Amino acid sequence: MPIQYYIYLCLTLFSIGIIGVLTRRNAIIVFMCVELMLNAVNLLLVAFSKMHHGVALGSSPTTMVGIEGQIFVFFIMVVAAAEVSVGLAIIVMMYRNTHSVDINFLNRLKN
Amino acid sequence: MSTTDILFYFLSALAIFSAIMVLVSRNPVHSVLWLILVFFAISGHYILLNAQFLAIVNLIVYAGAIMVLFLFVIMLMNLNAEAEPQKHMWMKLAGVISGGCFLMVLVSLVRQATDMQNKSVLMKTGDIGLIKNLGKALFSDYVVPFEISSVLFLSAMVGAVVIGKKD
Repeated sequence: MPIQYYIYLCLTLFSIGIIGVLTRRNAIIVFMCVELMLNAVNLLLVAFSKMHHGVALGSSPTTMVGIEGQIFVFFIMVVAAAEVSVGLAIIVMMYRNTHSVDINFLNRLKN
Repeated sequence: MSTTDILFYFLSALAIFSAIMVLVSRNPVHSVLWLILVFFAISGHYILLNAQFLAIVNLIVYAGAIMVLFLFVIMLMNLNAEAEPQKHMWMKLAGVISGGCFLMVLVSLVRQATDMQNKSVLMKTGDIGLIKNLGKALFSDYVVPFEISSVLFLSAMVGAVVIGKKD
């Protein structure tokens, strides 16, 4: 499978995430769209890792080139899990104070 | 057209359709369920790329843990389609147009990039995605970031408890 197909797929998913962040006002949906963007990047990292591995496999059959990409995806998942727990706690706190998850309420942070 | 191609197109179409449905659906619970479907499609892609460890971790961590957390929070707040705040029509249109422009610019960039020409992704074979090799790399070369991530988890846990505490 050409690498371009994976890039197009991941760009589409990433753009859908961006559109979601721009068009929705529900803070939880915005947060879910950020997760979607993270997953698009993860898929692209794995695709690139396999691309480099396929190139290096031609010269030596036991090479481990490209494993860094998958390790990186693993760490992105770790950080995303930590980020979701803190972010949802912040959203719950915001709901407790304003009885709404509308992100437009957050503009009162500016004064 | 081989089975791998058919699976690739099917999983891609499923992922994109579900991602669009995440945005379109009014009810936040439906959005969460569509997002779980996106994660399943991406896990299918990982299996297609023979990244078995990441496929399972993606299912367990994302579709299992994180999405259940989202569902709990949504059900805790009793959100439904009627309480959903809506943006103005023009704002939605502007968001879609700007996102589409972003996509168009990047796609045209990739089409012209000569680095990407004639490169293909190794499907179904290659053993860097297996648990054995990833575990060896994780516990030998990347053991310090691994331990630091445990500290990160601890601080995130403390932070979530402190923020979520009723005072």
